[in-house]
Amino acid sequence: MFGILSYGAYVPMFRLSRDQIAKAWGGGSGAGEKAVANFDEDSLTMGVEAAVDCLQGIDHKSIDALYFVSLTHPYQEKQAASIIAEVLDLKPDTFTLDIDNSPRGATSAFRLAADAIASGSAKKVLVIASDCRVTAPHSGDEMLFGDGAAAFLLGDARPAVTIDNAYHVFNSFMDTWRLPNEPFNRTWEDRFIFGEGYSKIAPQAVAAALKQFKATIKDFAKVVLYAPDQRRHTELARALGVDAKTQLQEAFFNNIGHTGSAFVPMMLVATLQEAKAGDKILTFNYGDGCDVHALTVTAGIEKLRNRRGIKKYLASKLPVSYYQQYLIFRDLVIEEPGGRATRTSSLPVLWRERKNLVSLIGQKCRVCGTVNFPLQRLCIECQTEGEFDDYPIWDKKGKIFTFSMDERTVQPVAPSVACIMDLEGGGRFYGNITDRDPATIDVGQEVEFTFRNIHDGGGLHNYFWKMRTVRG
Amino acid sequence: MESIKDKVAIVGMGCTKFGERFDVGGFDLIIESASEALEDAGIELKDIQAAWLGSSGFSTGQPLSHALKLNYIPVARVENACGTGLEAIRGAAYALMAKAYDIVLALGVEKLKDRGRGGGGAEGETGKGPQPSYGIQATAPGRYALAATKHFATYGTERKHLAMISVKSHHNGARNPRAMFRREITVEQALNAPMIAWPLGLFDCCGVADGSAAAIMCRTEDVKKFGFRDDFITVKALANSCGQGTGKNREDYDFLHWEETYRASQQIYQQAGIKDPRKEIDIVECHDCFSIAELMCYEDMGFCQKGTAKDDIEAGSFTQEGYERGGVAFNIGGGLKSFGHPIGASGCRETYEIYKEIQGKAQEPSRQLKNVELGMAHSQGGHPGNFVCNMALYGIPGK
Repeated sequence: MFGILSYGAYVPMFRLSRDQIAKAWGGGSGAGEKAVANFDEDSLTMGVEAAVDCLQGIDHKSIDALYFVSLTHPYQEKQAASIIAEVLDLKPDTFTLDIDNSPRGATSAFRLAADAIASGSAKKVLVIASDCRVTAPHSGDEMLFGDGAAAFLLGDARPAVTIDNAYHVFNSFMDTWRLPNEPFNRTWEDRFIFGEGYSKIAPQAVAAALKQFKATIKDFAKVVLYAPDQRRHTELARALGVDAKTQLQEAFFNNIGHTGSAFVPMMLVATLQEAKAGDKILTFNYGDGCDVHALTVTAGIEKLRNRRGIKKYLASKLPVSYYQQYLIFRDLVIEEPGGRATRTSSLPVLWRERKNLVSLIGQKCRVCGTVNFPLQRLCIECQTEGEFDDYPIWDKKGKIFTFSMDERTVQPVAPSVACIMDLEGGGRFYGNITDRDPATIDVGQEVEFTFRNIHDGGGLHNYFWKMRTVRG
Repeated sequence: MESIKDKVAIVGMGCTKFGERFDVGGFDLIIESASEALEDAGIELKDIQAAWLGSSGFSTGQPLSHALKLNYIPVARVENACGTGLEAIRGAAYALMAKAYDIVLALGVEKLKDRGRGGGGAEGETGKGPQPSYGIQATAPGRYALAATKHFATYGTERKHLAMISVKSHHNGARNPRAMFRREITVEQALNAPMIAWPLGLFDCCGVADGSAAAIMCRTEDVKKFGFRDDFITVKALANSCGQGTGKNREDYDFLHWEETYRASQQIYQQAGIKDPRKEIDIVECHDCFSIAELMCYEDMGFCQKGTAKDDIEAGSFTQEGYERGGVAFNIGGGLKSFGHPIGASGCRETYEIYKEIQGKAQEPSRQLKNVELGMAHSQGGHPGNFVCNMALYGIPGK
């Protein structure tokens, strides 16, 4: 049976209250808050986080294919999936693919995974959906959109959730679109977009799918529905006869926001975190057509209870102190020229050191057992040359040995917290703490690694790892 | 191994006014310090047979030759991060010992204020230097602050102790006409100043300055032959300890000491036969780029026990008054704290302070200590866990 072997999700640490957005533009107030990526995060780094959550206890080398789904790939030309495969240290012949342009890309990727597994070209497929959509200041999208990611490992060996039926239909209707050289989405008048689009297309697709699945809406314990906003979410549930109290999966407009191609995947993760064996789940995804899936939860779900998922990441949060800080996060502020040192990158260094920088793999000396990081030619303890085994660092937790808070940083947000971290099982890491509340950092605190874009320079994203206090 | 003790003499020195020298360029700084040194030594440029240029920003020996119009003599440019100035003196001293030349010039210079930005250098970025930076995004104060945090957590040292170091150095620097900052400060001012890298505030950090200092040197045995004055000082010992840079990667590095400073000071004591530095050494011009750096020097050079610096700070052991009570004066010239830190110049500038104090010629009489016979200079580049340290001990010949 084809289905979900594991799931994971990621909600960035920072939340921006809609009141703050409203106040910034002289309006009244807004409801709830939205999750916003820190300045050092993008769709790729959040996707890695979701994948790390999903792959707890799973051998990365067992993955045969990786599909990375996003509307906001960090490069227009340059595959993000290949970078993520490097980060996760997947085996060299892993099939990698970027999927973009439609918010329903993740559930479409389920179809590709099903076909790949059916054909025998892959046994395990990792699907990651992640979005960090930049919105125009003072726009409706600014209020609506949030950032986040979800990941699923798909396969046919005793899945925790079986994917029983799938229905796919395309539609060339234009609701939102973005032109190649424009930073923000465009749309049309609501009356048309919803009246002629979503509100007509969605119920028709669900009805057609149910007919094909030989099922009724009442068969499902939970229903996951894509919607462009809270109002349409409620309206579609009502139109389909979904019981809002018992059946309808919450859409998180109030505390995460609309996360683009990660929206339905994140809802599905939230559903699975609460699901029990035997539950039937219906998912409806939308954008340039529709994907509808029927799933059944098996007893295997119990093995995935340690995933942080939506539940734990949602509970772990820090407020964005003021609206302008959010603009700085999204690089929407024009800076005073010459205020900071020019940022550079060296492609040969990024390439040569990728195992160190991107995969965060250190070495263990075969002679004295000392953990060496960064990579050394001669052991830092016994000076033996070249007698090392690979030693993953990225999955280790550690304790803050000492730290400082640098106000003279060239990072967008000060202070930059520099930290010496001593790793469980040996080894020391010298880096920065991110997603932090400077007032609560102290010597001895437990920290873990998180994958970040440490700076942009020379047109390149410099990905590396930082530390954060343990979430979830 | 032959000891250098008393074999090399410094017979003339010069030092520019340090500070924001928007009035002059790097060549002018070179000419300013070299001219004073030549005049002090009573010789002319043509008497110099070889030179060492210590500079971080000027590459090659050419700037020295260009500025002074040297007559095609050998010029070596040396660079050892913040230890650069003392590295120039070290190179010159050993060339004299080797009898390759008879009279040489060692000059340190840096022009930092022409780049249009305040503060120190930029943070690590990929592709800078021989190794990638591995993502650490911290400035020099951010890196030194790591040690302050740890010292606080381990020994109960407080920000006020660091402030008292800075108050002492500004008290000294206020009375030094060559210093960049010449105002006294209070502990309260230091504690309430803007934060630079917690726990280091503005007054825990040295400034960024332009400056140059120069030394004319010859073999001690030749001082009379060349007709130099008899108030010359001699080199007692020279040290350099270059760390492996693994302190930040090894769990056994405690961020509570400067290993390279400890090692270099041991080299000095061994060469000069120093048994008890606190009793034998009179003054120390140490690398106080940050207040925590000076605090660590007290402990790592053996002037007090590890973890007890705060007691000596509270007792004022390393102030001018402490010296008069039989203690050791640290940074009687004002230190990097008052002078700023033109990288290549600082080690030569420290040497200048010691030279003047031993000669009894401190530029301001109230700062002149009595009976100074041995002075130690200390410069270290890099950051905690990853230093290169240069040190020198100077004194009255034969003592």
